[in-house]
Amino acid sequence: MLELRGLIDAIWGLISGLLSGLGFSPNLISLIGYAIIAAVLFGVVALIVLFLVWWERKVSAHMQDRLGPMRVGWHGVIQTIADALKLLQKEDITPKAIDFPIHFWAPVITFVAAFMVYVTVPFGKGLIVSDLSVGILYIIAITTFTVIGLLMAGWGSNNKYSLLGGFRSAAQVISYEVPLTLALLGVIMIAQTLSLGAIVTQQDTIFKWYVWRQPLGFAIFWIAATAECNRTPFDLPEADSELVAGFVTEYSGMKFAMFFLAEFVNMFTASVIAVTLFFGGWMSPFGPDFGPSWLWFLGKTLFFVFVLMWFRWTYPRLRVDQLMGFAWKVLLPLAFLNILLTGIGIYIFD
Amino acid sequence: MSDAFLTNLTFYVLSFCVIAGGIFVVSSRNLFHSAVFLVFTLFSVAGIFVMQHAYFLAAIQVLIYVGAVAMLMIFGVMLTTQLTNVRLRHVNEQAWPAFAVCLFFLGFLVYGLWDTPFKISQAAAPAEVTRAIGTLLMTEYVLPFEVVSVLLLVALIGAVVIAKKE
Repeated sequence: MLELRGLIDAIWGLISGLLSGLGFSPNLISLIGYAIIAAVLFGVVALIVLFLVWWERKVSAHMQDRLGPMRVGWHGVIQTIADALKLLQKEDITPKAIDFPIHFWAPVITFVAAFMVYVTVPFGKGLIVSDLSVGILYIIAITTFTVIGLLMAGWGSNNKYSLLGGFRSAAQVISYEVPLTLALLGVIMIAQTLSLGAIVTQQDTIFKWYVWRQPLGFAIFWIAATAECNRTPFDLPEADSELVAGFVTEYSGMKFAMFFLAEFVNMFTASVIAVTLFFGGWMSPFGPDFGPSWLWFLGKTLFFVFVLMWFRWTYPRLRVDQLMGFAWKVLLPLAFLNILLTGIGIYIFD
Repeated sequence: MSDAFLTNLTFYVLSFCVIAGGIFVVSSRNLFHSAVFLVFTLFSVAGIFVMQHAYFLAAIQVLIYVGAVAMLMIFGVMLTTQLTNVRLRHVNEQAWPAFAVCLFFLGFLVYGLWDTPFKISQAAAPAEVTRAIGTLLMTEYVLPFEVVSVLLLVALIGAVVIAKKE
């Protein structure tokens, strides 16, 4: 029923058969396979992100009672591609006083770390690149790695505004990582596994979705994930009226595009984790065989991305001390309480 | 392109990254560059852990070392140095005697390690790595676990006290 795994297996069978017919050794065929998978994964996520950029503009426009991009293609669908092409041809202006290696590698690290997460994400039935046994731990580790990119961007630009913006972004991200990880621990305790594929398989029907058993955990996770993505109400580091543009002040052209795309990829990652751990992943509400799994996955994740965009145009912005206070004084104790309650619940009911 | 060739190639590339990163950490003239090279080194060590099928350890290495320790070092560097590029001098007048001592120590280490028969366990790695580590931590190694918890608590309280005084 429109399952993609069979199609992918057939195509790979053709390719590997062709390559082994040409005399390539099995290890070389595996390596070529990995390269193709990496390219395909990157392409899929990049396409989704390009769609999300358009969608953000349309959603924000309609929420503000205007229309958004309408001219480039049907209702402006090709607008993002036009913007990407424009940014590609822009001159890369780098000030003379920057620390060039740091300034250069910061967007690379942020961009690569944002995409590395998708290696272990189940896009559908059998559609995981690598179902790591430490799946969710890998995702958390890689998201902590993006902070290094933020700090490098802030420092390398050799600019007071970038430095302060980098500090604020990094402080916000690392503060909210702690309740985020602890909130996910609740689900891991119930699921007894770190592997994302296994967690999805456990959520067969809508009654088995972990959000019902971990409502506090989901609330903490969602708020922390909104802060991790630097989205309103936590977007002081990149608010336009503060600190010029935060840590991306000195970046132009394709490097700025990399930061911009990395932010959207992080948004998509937050919804993917929410959907996979709390809302059943690619499972339909009625079981694993009810319709194309990747379509359910896309539908659910796009809904949560829509919720993130909805937050942006609904809530006012929090001040920096308010958001840090909220993370350490409210979310962290609540996350610990959640773990305690989950432990007690497991002890009583198992 | 045999299995052994690929394994060796991966190991040599990762080891080169670790050692080169380490050399650049200590010899770089710019403090921030040293911190970033430390991140590179620690990330390569995580790669070596992955080669040894220690996936949990590799993920924890990235999470703790890169995501917390190295990042705190970067914060420290960013908060205490000037904005303009300051070139550091890493050696003082005792450089040559130090080099001689290091060479002697290296020779001694290589001599000692070369013929040592390291006992390698032939048991297969457990299928569920995290579960095995968790069980061991709660049964056989519960005392070191609790001691480390108390140590972390002491460090936390100490940090709060020191920060509060200022």
